[in-house]
Amino acid sequence: MADLLLELFSEEIPARMQVRAAEDLKKLVTDALVDAGLTYASAAGFSTPRRLCLTVEGLLAESPNLREERKGPRVDAPEKALEGFLRGVGLTKDQLEVRDDKKGQTYYAIIEKAGRPAADIIAEVVPNVVRNFPWPKSMRWGAGTLRWVRPLHSILCILSAEDGAEVVNFDVDGIEAANLTAGHRFHAPEWFSVNSFDQYRAELKKSYVMLDASERADHIWEDAKNMAFAQGLEVVEDRGLLAEVSGLVEWPVVLMGDIAEDFVDLPVEVLQTSMKEHQKFFSVRNPKSGRIEKFITVANRETKDDGATILAGNQKVLFARLSDAKFFWENDLRVSLDDMAAKLSNVTFHNKLGTQAERIERIAALTAEIAPIVGADKELAVKAARVAKGDLSSEMVYEFPELQGIMGKYYAEKADLDQSIANACEMHYSPLGPSDDVPSEAVSVSVALADKIDTLAGFWAIDEKPTGSKDPFALRRAALGVIRLILENDIRLDFMSDNYSKNFYIFDDEYKKIVDVVANAKNIEKTIEDTPSILDQDLGWDTIKKAGLLYSKVDESRGQLSEVSEMIDKIREQNVEKHQNLLSFFHDRLKVYLRDKGISHDIIDACLAMPNNDDFVLLVKRAEALQAFVKTDDGTNLLQGFKRANNILTAEEKKDGVSYELDPEVKFAEDDAEKALFAALDGAQGATASAVKAEDFAAAMAAMASLRQPIDAFFEAVQVNSENQLVRRNRLCLLNRIRSVMGQVADFGSIEG
Amino acid sequence: MATSKPRSFQEIILRLQTYWTSHGCAMMQPYDMEVGAGTFHPATTLRALGSNTWAACYVQPSRRPTDGRYGENPNRMQHYYQYQVLIKPSPPDLQDLYLGSLEAIGIEMDMHDIRFVEDDWESPTLGAWGLGWEVWCDGMEVSQFTYFQQVGGHDCKPVSGELTYGLERLAMYVLGVDHVMDMPFNDPDAPIHLKYGDVFKQTEQEYSRWNFDVADTDILLQHFKDAEAECKRILDQEHIDPKTGAKIIMAHPAYDQCIKASHLFNLLDARGVISVTERQAYIGRVRALAKACADAFVQTEAGGAAA
Repeated sequence: MADLLLELFSEEIPARMQVRAAEDLKKLVTDALVDAGLTYASAAGFSTPRRLCLTVEGLLAESPNLREERKGPRVDAPEKALEGFLRGVGLTKDQLEVRDDKKGQTYYAIIEKAGRPAADIIAEVVPNVVRNFPWPKSMRWGAGTLRWVRPLHSILCILSAEDGAEVVNFDVDGIEAANLTAGHRFHAPEWFSVNSFDQYRAELKKSYVMLDASERADHIWEDAKNMAFAQGLEVVEDRGLLAEVSGLVEWPVVLMGDIAEDFVDLPVEVLQTSMKEHQKFFSVRNPKSGRIEKFITVANRETKDDGATILAGNQKVLFARLSDAKFFWENDLRVSLDDMAAKLSNVTFHNKLGTQAERIERIAALTAEIAPIVGADKELAVKAARVAKGDLSSEMVYEFPELQGIMGKYYAEKADLDQSIANACEMHYSPLGPSDDVPSEAVSVSVALADKIDTLAGFWAIDEKPTGSKDPFALRRAALGVIRLILENDIRLDFMSDNYSKNFYIFDDEYKKIVDVVANAKNIEKTIEDTPSILDQDLGWDTIKKAGLLYSKVDESRGQLSEVSEMIDKIREQNVEKHQNLLSFFHDRLKVYLRDKGISHDIIDACLAMPNNDDFVLLVKRAEALQAFVKTDDGTNLLQGFKRANNILTAEEKKDGVSYELDPEVKFAEDDAEKALFAALDGAQGATASAVKAEDFAAAMAAMASLRQPIDAFFEAVQVNSENQLVRRNRLCLLNRIRSVMGQVADFGSIEG
Repeated sequence: MATSKPRSFQEIILRLQTYWTSHGCAMMQPYDMEVGAGTFHPATTLRALGSNTWAACYVQPSRRPTDGRYGENPNRMQHYYQYQVLIKPSPPDLQDLYLGSLEAIGIEMDMHDIRFVEDDWESPTLGAWGLGWEVWCDGMEVSQFTYFQQVGGHDCKPVSGELTYGLERLAMYVLGVDHVMDMPFNDPDAPIHLKYGDVFKQTEQEYSRWNFDVADTDILLQHFKDAEAECKRILDQEHIDPKTGAKIIMAHPAYDQCIKASHLFNLLDARGVISVTERQAYIGRVRALAKACADAFVQTEAGGAAA
């Protein structure tokens, strides 16, 4: 048994790539070792800004001997087959064995691989891994051809056992593996030799390097918390930032500094974002006031003035940054949200979907339709739609795009707009993900819905739908957002109505042509109206010229108009198809959403087959009741009964080539159970219909549950395929009635089980 | 090493010149054209191409019309200086050399926190990109450090190491000045002492006004088209000069026109006459010129082609 220690020492590796790279190194090296026959007990990968490290413990000292037999072609097989076999096993003909087989004499290849020392295998594996390492972005340097994330300076690779450690000899493009590494760039740049992982790790610690990223993160977080706590403050938690900062230092030293009084009145989000994005500072909050009063920065070294110079420098940079932020904030406050929104007429949203300003107008129009449905004040909602994206042209959002919406809210509040409008500025982007809060205030809800539906219908109109893993405009997220807004606010939206299909026409090229043709006709009509009647004039040359020109235009226009009605039909057809396709997309998202809520896909399919499936609230009510019902004893049995009826009916209909859709007549019923089923169906039909109408699906299910016993009893007592054809037909029609009564509630045929 | 504090803006420049020339760089002079950054100097853009070795350092006055603030902003100006170092192939100890230059301008290495923070560089107008870092000193970006991977669409082989120092910002930091216009340009004890503002405050005002409001956009647009046409015309010439009979590919004169087009685009941008969609198209046109110039340069002797 031996232990392997590998370190790849380079110039600074981007923080965001380090942890993944250490994992990749571990996987790639250990997989290759195992493939070569070297198993091991445990392995771990580590990363710092300047090094990737891998330790493998309990590694076999050499790979086991391998012997493999492979059966080849028969001796009398064509020469070609033998050649192929020899190529495959890498042997010559005289190295093969001939054995008697059931089918005759057959060639056998015996491949023997002698075990190899671990060092030889490692010396092959590591250069290969280094040369093909999956960095997100890699580079060349100097005059070499090797690629690494940044210039690679040295490779430490040793195998250690109880009797000592040895360097594994190999080189990668001139970098020879050795047993050396260096400490912290400034504190301990000297190279030192390494003989085991434990000694390596301990020596690094003495050389101001914490090898383990999670140790660095814990250290930073503990120190930061304690420093803040000592002053009655708290650090704003930010795991992403903590991970990043841990990747920027080998020796973290936490320092806390002040934010100048000039800036504490900036919105907290502005302070946090500016400090985080530009300086990678943590925000320190006063829990009483909620204000951000201090910052925490993490240096990569100790100094003899305990970081005073470093902190002063950082403070100065922050001052400049926040001066900028304050400058943006004050400039923005001088501009009204309306004026900001007006500027968006110069900003393209998408080259096929017009400018941001045009988009906002569409959203406002749609908001006006949706507002009454969700119970929002129409005027407030439309106003909100018009200003909600205004902050996109603010200086602050230009600088910090992630503050979109939040800044709009501040600007709306500063302008004393109604609070519901200010809230909509922030909330209309929500929900952004499956766990993000859904707005509930009516004004926010209507703008949020209009925004997302406009986006979806727009991209559907220009045929930019998500495909596979590609969804550059986050349309799946938008659709899920619509679904959650509708369901969580109980909104009855008939999505297939014309309100939601306007974008299909607006962005239809054919439609634009029609608009031109009709506009042209309108102009001609107006010209004729404005021209004093030609009939009243003498037919002089001038009049004839004028009339001729005018009438020829009329003729041309008529010609064009004659094609219009056909085009309108075609467009309508196409656009209904697009609209239907978008509805299916919603249904797919809804399935995913409901599956997470424990409703299986076949239940949803059974409900999707019902009318008004563009009303998602209705759809979900039905699905929930149905899911609950099929889990009950009655439900399971009724489903079996339905399937039995359905199977028999389908088979007989197929056999006879007719549909048994006539009303069955009770007078042909022979058996009591049969008569009882007639009565039960009569009762259930009415009860189910009225329950469905009242959308009381629990009651509808209960009404159907009353069918279980009679159906079971019917099948128990009655043979459907009676000798008597009249009775048989009547019974098949009775089965059809089971199907149609139950079909009022859901398509039970889709349900599995 | 003597790391006494420098006393003026120009002393910092002089120290950088001394440092890099003592490490073997040839000291170039600023390019005599309006450029947006030191990278545009042919001593960087063109010399990063091809197989020949190279080592140069220089100051490059740089112009970014949209950054004009009438001399009011503490560190934002439409005209400023960059210090540029380009070494090909990049030496293995380039990071250490760079840190030495900070020490040379009076930054005490054991008191400050110097960090290399990921920053990939890309110039869409030059069709160039590289990987590297922005270098932070106590949280402030003091330099850009890049290993060129591609220029003008060509792979860089060997790879050049490029260092760019924003001189004003770095000097303000080293000299402890809060507003650029207050920074001593020459020695504070000189008989005629000049501050940065004495030299540049008025020009910042003049250029800000011209850049933002007065520059004639029709003329600029025409100049842009002319530069573009001339660049293509130059590159379309026969490689053999009919007068001397020698092979003379005019990569540099053509590249001058590319630089002009780039700066004219920046001016038009500052005048606010380029829409978001047009922007990409303009950048693409300049990039096409840069690529054509790079294609031409690699066919020349300086570009590594056999003589």
